[in-house]
Amino acid sequence: MGQAPEQEHPKNAFGWAAKDTSGVLSPFHFSRRATGEKDVTFKVTHCGICHSDLHMIKNEWGNTIYPIVPGHEIVGVVTEVGSKVSKFKVGDKVGVGCMVGSCHSCDSCAIDLENYCPKVIMTYANKYHDGTITYGGYSDIMVADEHFVVRIPEGTPLDATAPLLCAGITVYSPLRFYGLDKPGMHVGVVGLGGLGHVAVKFAKAMGVKVTVISTSPSKKSEAIERLGADSFLVSRDQDEMQAAMGTMDGIIDTVSAVHPLMPLIGLLKSQGKLVLVGAPEKPLELPAFSLLMGRKIVGGSMIGGMKETQEMIDFAAKHNIRADIEVIPADYVNTALERLAKADVRYRFVIDVANTMKSTP
Amino acid sequence: MVGYRFPETGADDVTIKILFCGICHSDLHCARNEWGVTNYPIVPGHEIVGTVTKVGNNVSKFKEGDKVGVGVLVASCQKCESCQQGLENYCPNMILTYNSIDRDGTKTYGGYSDLIVVDQHYVLRFPDNMPLDAGAPLLCAGITVYSPMKYYGMTEPGKHLGVAGLGGLGHVAVKIGKAFGLKVTVISTSPKKESEAISKLGADAFLVSSDPAKVKAAMGTMDYIIDTVSAVHSLAPLLGLLKVNGKLVTVGLPEKPLEVPIFALVGARRLVGGSNIGGMKETQEMLDFCAKHNIAADIELVRMDQINTAIERLAKSDVKYRFVIDVGNSKLQ
Repeated sequence: MGQAPEQEHPKNAFGWAAKDTSGVLSPFHFSRRATGEKDVTFKVTHCGICHSDLHMIKNEWGNTIYPIVPGHEIVGVVTEVGSKVSKFKVGDKVGVGCMVGSCHSCDSCAIDLENYCPKVIMTYANKYHDGTITYGGYSDIMVADEHFVVRIPEGTPLDATAPLLCAGITVYSPLRFYGLDKPGMHVGVVGLGGLGHVAVKFAKAMGVKVTVISTSPSKKSEAIERLGADSFLVSRDQDEMQAAMGTMDGIIDTVSAVHPLMPLIGLLKSQGKLVLVGAPEKPLELPAFSLLMGRKIVGGSMIGGMKETQEMIDFAAKHNIRADIEVIPADYVNTALERLAKADVRYRFVIDVANTMKSTP
Repeated sequence: MVGYRFPETGADDVTIKILFCGICHSDLHCARNEWGVTNYPIVPGHEIVGTVTKVGNNVSKFKEGDKVGVGVLVASCQKCESCQQGLENYCPNMILTYNSIDRDGTKTYGGYSDLIVVDQHYVLRFPDNMPLDAGAPLLCAGITVYSPMKYYGMTEPGKHLGVAGLGGLGHVAVKIGKAFGLKVTVISTSPKKESEAISKLGADAFLVSSDPAKVKAAMGTMDYIIDTVSAVHSLAPLLGLLKVNGKLVTVGLPEKPLEVPIFALVGARRLVGGSNIGGMKETQEMLDFCAKHNIAADIELVRMDQINTAIERLAKSDVKYRFVIDVGNSKLQ
């Protein structure tokens, strides 16, 4: 182990961290590495709160290293660049998502799929190349290799763009990869939370007809009037589900709780595709018969590579797509996480880091 | 033995004297009502090969004496989107070769019999150089693996295909996979199948799926897997064998759902797909492809009066790798 977080690196940093499985966050002094020749250092202005942060602070996936500074939807303004950095300069608006490193030599890295690299380094609670543990964006500054930094185009709001760095790419990538982005197609979005609401916006921008599939009838008017969905299906309503069978080219399923897949497979047309982007912790049951009888597919997807993440940010800027957010001060973060656990947010909390995450003297 | 009358040869129909019929595992499931849909009495058999004895007035594709085949379908609606795309096998109103109700309201009877009358659209031309007996199983087993291999893009030479299960479907998948230029690994619970898989069928490797160390060593090495196993099994170990973007296609029909750990899909962008036989055009394409590459099934010929014994042995997987009924030489009266 060795050094205390404050002494590990030469730059002082301040953030909020969880120290144990209670997941309660509190102020935390630590440090960031010196700006290496390929590094970009930026002052963090905002950071989105992703559901993964909630799982990780409580060690629900069993791999958390404490103390943990979460946050992988990070945006800010560049303050320093290394000598070999070519893509960014001081003053640029930038973002960092879920990854800060990869091996650059495997088959996945070779085709811009750093997200599937077996040695991918996550933005927080992972071991970096220098052996130190990574700390995420609930903090005042970030240092990241330029390969893992994206440009936020001028004219796009930093706060509402931050969630795209995880939620956005997580739904954009499978819409493209599984070919659910053709005008005129009909795509279902299961779950209307951080991921789901952005999926509706991206799909609509791609010219796709969108049906939101949800257990909560109360979300219907928002889904249609505010988010632009074409229709809304209450998954617990047998009649509605029956009437919609065989009508969808694809479904993006953002729900991470355990849930039955068969009714969703039934909604697909022949050759339809069900794509899962949430990962329930127990295996799900797949009725082989319903896949066979329509040559249907169930596939998975996890964030996206760096090239595609930049493409997604540019697409969002062009189509004025931003997340619907609730901006909060740093000291509200624990309350926000409790509300998130109850899905009480429309649809992403974003921490106003620049104005409220300051080290108390 | 059941005696029954077939309809007269209609204008679009082809009457076929049956010479051979393969015994498919589906025949077993259906005969024993394991899927709960059997409407007794049934005459199974949907891997049928024979000679044309009569054709209707509108029939242009076939003439008396032609060697032909009939597979799993004998009719479909011809109007829906699937039929329009040559995917009669996904038509919601498709009519199966046996145990289905035909358009005239009568029941369809399959190939464990001496003759069959079928609309020309659903009759396949049997390639000249294909042996009739060993070619019969291709009409179900062959198309069942060929179709997903084409649809899911499992045809890039040099890529690595896993074939799970080495029975009627699996052994044909190995041969077709090799013809596509793929590296083929057989994945099986039975170590004693290994030497045949490699020396007789041409597989490149054999993985005993019940050996955890061997399975671990093979993780992340396959581009695709065709899963022919119809017993209930977890997909977790098979999914782990796939590379990133890998595809597992299931063609077996287990009667209970399969367990899938979702992170195995999400963490490596893998997919699980289904496939069910193939359309008529593709079935003909498959037969021609197999003829060109000298692919036929490995069979054990039985007479009609030996069917029950054959089916019992099939239930115990005691066959290398398909029984075929020598209908032509069996006494049926």
